This record gives sequence, structure tokens and C-alpha cells, in this order.
Amino acid sequence: MSYVQSHLAALEAESIHIIRETVAECERPVMLYSVGKDSSVMLRLAQKAFAPARVPFPLLHIDTTLKFPAMYEFRDRTVRELGVELIVYRHPAGSGGSVRPWRQGTVKCCADLKTRALLEALRAGGFDAAFGGARREEERSRAKERVCSFRDAHGQWDPKNQRPELWSLYNTRHDAGESLRVFPLSNWTELDVWHYIHREAIPVVPMYFARVQPMVVRGEQLIPVTPDLPLPPGETPQAVCCRFRTLGCWPCTGAVRSTAADIPSIIAELVAARQSERITRVIDHDTEGSMEQKKQEGYF
Amino acid sequence: MAGRNDAGDRADAPPPGPAAAGVPDIGEFLARDAAKDLLRFCTAGSVDDGKSTLIGRLLCDSKLVYEDHLAALARDSARRGSVADGIDYALLLDGLRAEREANITIDVAYRYFATARRKFIIADTPGHEQYTRNMVTGASTSDAAVVLVDARQGVVTQTRRHLFLMSLLGIRHVIVAVNKMDLVGYAEPAFAAIRAGILAFAQRLAIPDLAFVPVAALHGDNLAQPSGNLPWWPGPTLLGQLENIPLTGTRNLTDLRFPVQLVLRPHQDFRGYAGTVASGILRRGDEIMVLPSGQRSTVAGIRTADGELAEAFAGQAVVVTLADELDLGRGGMLVRPLNVPQVTSACEAMLVWLAETPLRIGAQYLVKQTTSTVPGEIAALRYAVDINTLHRRDAPTLALNDIGRVAMRFNRPLFTDPYERNRVTNAFIVIDRASNVTVKAGMV
Ligand SMILES: Nc1nc2c(ncn2[C@@H]2O[C@H](COP(=O)(O)OP(=O)(O)O)[C@@H](O)[C@H]2O)c(=O)[nH]1
Repeated sequence: MSYVQSHLAALEAESIHIIRETVAECERPVMLYSVGKDSSVMLRLAQKAFAPARVPFPLLHIDTTLKFPAMYEFRDRTVRELGVELIVYRHPAGSGGSVRPWRQGTVKCCADLKTRALLEALRAGGFDAAFGGARREEERSRAKERVCSFRDAHGQWDPKNQRPELWSLYNTRHDAGESLRVFPLSNWTELDVWHYIHREAIPVVPMYFARVQPMVVRGEQLIPVTPDLPLPPGETPQAVCCRFRTLGCWPCTGAVRSTAADIPSIIAELVAARQSERITRVIDHDTEGSMEQKKQEGYF
Repeated sequence: MAGRNDAGDRADAPPPGPAAAGVPDIGEFLARDAAKDLLRFCTAGSVDDGKSTLIGRLLCDSKLVYEDHLAALARDSARRGSVADGIDYALLLDGLRAEREANITIDVAYRYFATARRKFIIADTPGHEQYTRNMVTGASTSDAAVVLVDARQGVVTQTRRHLFLMSLLGIRHVIVAVNKMDLVGYAEPAFAAIRAGILAFAQRLAIPDLAFVPVAALHGDNLAQPSGNLPWWPGPTLLGQLENIPLTGTRNLTDLRFPVQLVLRPHQDFRGYAGTVASGILRRGDEIMVLPSGQRSTVAGIRTADGELAEAFAGQAVVVTLADELDLGRGGMLVRPLNVPQVTSACEAMLVWLAETPLRIGAQYLVKQTTSTVPGEIAALRYAVDINTLHRRDAPTLALNDIGRVAMRFNRPLFTDPYERNRVTNAFIVIDRASNVTVKAGMV
């Protein structure tokens, strides 16, 4: 018997510890559920943390109303099959259709439909801790994010004034109105996530797998064709074999050329890949430090 | 479909082809990846010793830097004109804009890379004198440390301070990387002198495994590959050294300590204690004692979501069931009847000051240790440690980044072990009751 954990076992145990600690110490936790692969892993870890009991908190989907149909289907099926509670929150500007990225720009659209919506949903539900699936490896400004990250009463993050976080002794203390963002997957890499999905056979949205589908090809970008997307004259969709590496809102999520139709092929592609996953998210292309700015304002 | 993870046999399925281009056998890759363990280490060095260059290089050489990040890096490097030949690896690491603008690293950042044998998490801590706090934070979760020394400067005050902090935090494996060997002509005597100086100093510290490696981070000498510039060096490389640190040596597998995080009661017939084994090995059928009550029982089962275990060891997150119904909740602990921790309402501890507010004798704080949070106070300051000389000195108070020995009192007993024996049960944080901020880190 070897008393050394494999890296996936160590990461899993750490995540479970974080989730349990938050539930033990916070009044009303909620798990942000974005329907993507990281959310799927986080949800599985939550189930494991409390088995044989049920997951003791609801899921919260901040629905911009701009997600792909396959994501809504997957979300509803997951909730039904696992018997977890789901809260869906839509910002009025999103469901009314008044805010759209091609009108107000991606920065304003995200600010309203995601950041503001999240803060409103947390306030409405009286949640004092929200689990998120962000990983430190994803993006430069996330490398210094705490596992258990404090937000003031306005939901804002002060990167220069973060609480020191030592050992696995998470400080979850906060006053009324203040809250925490807790990131159980902080130490996971994209490869770890896919390897775990493979090992555990965790279902994910089929859009992650390559198939031949109609796409607008704009330089390097592959833009999915949807009935609502305003196409400039002269652009016609082509059939491209591709997949989605991240899932977001359809106007802002590009696909990548790929033939990877199952998880081992995705992992093989990842090992050979030389581009970070966020490259297919239009929102990061704005300016250097744009994610950091959004986060200070309360973006997840 | 929810249970199926592939594109299916549909008309739009991609054509069969060499999807795994560049990776000969993904099955073999996954098997090897699954077998890797995880080493967490921190880095320390004075400003300009080349720490960022070294880490950037490790990440790049292990192909963990994506092309788009690299492109952003080249853009930033060019705009700043910081390095003559193009890419400034150090820029890769500075996450926050405020820091990039001030050109200093002021917070702990976490980096990830892997080799064919092992996964690594780096806690990258800044070297400024005033950031003892960050170094202690980074070291707290680390199994090992890499301390950088500039070959031209030799052992400086900072080096001694870093080694002392690693020792204080109970890090058993420290690698001293003597960097910028190119600037001393790759000569062995410079390296040997630094090694001798550090070994002499380290006799007063508790670092059981202290290793030395010559490198030139800027050129990649002896980081991942042996270097022709260092023919006198028999090895290993820095990465080789990191790959070979035994993880069993960094965990206590002797003294069973299982702090209870949560009690799970899904229905009348089930009562399980959820937690992570802090140290030791818990076995089904073992006789155990529960603290604080002192009651005894037997381990009826060790559950995970994936099934029953016969035993669970340090680091595993499990749910334990006992043969008897006992009075046990969060903050309680399972131990062996003949191997119990100290149950103490008063103790002496080393404290590291993390906040701006100085020590107030007698003020009430919250102390969090394993899964217990109890009110407590600092009853007296015994002495402060001069971290440059390791000498004790009398001090009226302690302020940010100071380290000192204090007498603590708690309103309820904590279960602790001495720090040479147990890095989990000896550690605690002190939280200010008014601001809720973590203001001190302590080790019993
Ligand atoms: N000649 C030489 N210069 C180096 C070496 N490693 C780092 N440097 C340079 O030393 C300076 C400080 O390096 P940096 O990585 O920013 O140091 P940090 O402050 O410790 O992170 C930079 O100009 C580097 O290019 C080395 O091995 N040899």
C-alpha cells in the first residue's frame, strides 16, 4: 500500500474539503452553475462531498438568455437527473432583449447581464457564499485569487487588500451584506478537468465534441450561425468540422477547428494545443487587464 | 445523451482521422498522467535574483505557456523594452495590473506545470523584505522550497531570512538554486563558497533535506537539462531534484488526527462524520477516542462517494461512521486512545504578524485551528525573533512582518501537536473580531 495520493486524488480531496468547510461555516451558500465543463466537475465534487446525504445548497444559473439551446437542454436534464435544486436568474435587460453585445459592446453587456445580474441574484437569495468554477491557471489575474475570496457589501474585490490565506485554514468570516466567492477548483488545470471528466464519466454538453456544422469564418474565428445573429452582407456560412472549447453566450463564443469527437481525443488535442482556452472568448480581447477590471467590479 | 460523452453516430460526426496528432498513444498518456503525484513548492529570492525568469523558464520549457499568452508577453516585453533579446519571462508572471505597473510582485501567485513524472504547483512569493507575510503564506501549503541566491552576491541577509522562514514553517525539503552562474564564469568555487556558507548557517535551523543546484535561469542552464557550461556538476538538474523529492517524507502517517468538519445525517439510521484525515492512518475496526469527550468507540466504516475504504490516510477526504452514538460534532477529533494530542487552553506559540495593526496584549481574537474556531487572547509577548540573526530580543510589541513567541489563552481547549511532528494540528490563524481579517499566522 502506497500512502501517496495521485494528483487527481489530491485535487479532489482538496476541493471536497473546501466545499465542506464553506458549508460548515457559511449561512447560505449557493453554487454558481454555468453549464460548462468546470461547473460539471464542481457539481460532481459537491455530490461527493456530502454523499450519502444530498447536496445541501441550490445551484444558481445566471442566465443571460444568450446561451446556446444545447446548454439549456443539458442544464435542465442534469437538474432533473440529479435531483438538485436550480435557481435561474435573468437580468431584466437580458430577457427584455434591450441589452445585446452587438449593440452596447461586450463590456457593457457582460456588466449588465452577468456582473449586475449575479450581484442581484445573490442579494435576492440572501446568499453569503457562492461557489465558482474558476481556476487560477486560466488567466493571469486569477493566479493570485484566493480560494476563499472576500467581497464587500457592493460585491467588489480589492486585489491589493486580499486576506492572507494560509494552510487549509480558510477564513470565511464576514458581516451581514458581505459575501464570499469560493473556488474549489482553484488548483485544477484544464487538463486535470478533462482527465477527471474522463475518469469519472461526467456528462458534459455535447458542443464540446467536434462535428461538422455551419459556421461563419471570419479570419481565424469560427462564429456559430444562429437565427438572431446579424450577418454583414457577403458572409455566408460554411460547413466546418469544429468544436467549442469553452461555452458562453452565443454571440461571444467562437469554435475551434477540431476532429476530436470524444474525451481522449480532446485530451490529445489539449496536450498538443498551444493556445489557452480563453482565446475563444471574445470578452478577453478588449484590453490588457480587462478581466481584472471586471472582477474588481464584481464579475465572477 | 446526458450519460454519453461523444458526438455520437450522427451524420455530422467528424470524419475518422488521426485526431491525436502529435500524441502517439493517448491511452498510454492517460495512464501515465493518472499515476502522477502532486508536489507543491514555493520559491523565494531577493529582488533581481532571477526568480521570475527561472519560473517563467520552467513553465515555458515544460510547454505550459500557451501561444496567445506568449504573444501577449512579447507585446508587453517590446512595449516596456525591459529585455534586450525580446521575451522577458518575468512579465509572464506578474498577474495584477497594479503590480505590473509598479514593476514589483506583491502577492503570492500560483503557477502550474507538469513533467512526465509529476505535477507541480508553485507558490510564487515575492522577495521584498516587507513581504515576510507573503512568503509565510506561500510556504504554508508547500512540501518543498526553492531559495534563489545570486552567484555574484552570495549569501545575503535575505537568504538567511528565507531559510529561517522555511524552517519555521516546517518545510523539510529546501533546494538552494545558485543562479546567474554565467556571471561568475560558471566556476565551481563560487558555488562551493555559497554552499559552505549556507550549510554553516543552516545548522541552527530544522531543515532535514537541504540541497544545492547551480543554474543560469536566463539561459536555461541546468534547469530542465544538464548544461555543458557546468561540466564539473554531476547533477541533478533543478527539475530533476524537484521530481525526486519523496512525498511520503512530507506527510505524518503515524499520529492519527481526524478533525470533524461536518456531521452528515441524511436519515435517522445514518450518522457520518465528514472530514479530511490530517495525519496518520484510520482503519476500519480501529478502536478510537473522540475529543473533547474522551469517549471511545470503534470505526464501523470509512465511506467515500465511490465506495467503502478499509483505510484512509493523511490527505484523504472521507466520511467515518462509528459503532456507537457519541456526542461529536464539528471541531471534535478522532484519535487513537494511546496517541493523543495536547488538549490545551493555554500554550506558547510562534506568531507571524500579517496585519498593520500591532500586537495588543489581552485583546480578544478568534483562533481557527483545524476545524475549531475559538475566542482567545494573546496573554504575553515572550520575545521577538530577529530574523536576520535568529537572535531573540526583547520587544515591547510586534508589528507587520514581525515574528515572535507569545503565550496564548483560549476560551475552549484546542487539540495540538508540536510543530516538528505535525504541520496540520500545530497551525492556526488569528482573526480580528472587528474586521474579520486574518491578522496572524501561528505555530504551536
Ligand atoms: N546573466 C543572467 N541574468 C539573469 C539570470 N537570471 C535572471 N537574470 C536577469 O536578472 C534580472 C532580474 O531577473 P528577474 O527574473 O526579474 O528577478 P526577480 O526579481 O527575482 O523576479 C533580469 O534582468 C534577468 O534577465 C541568469 O541566470 N543570468
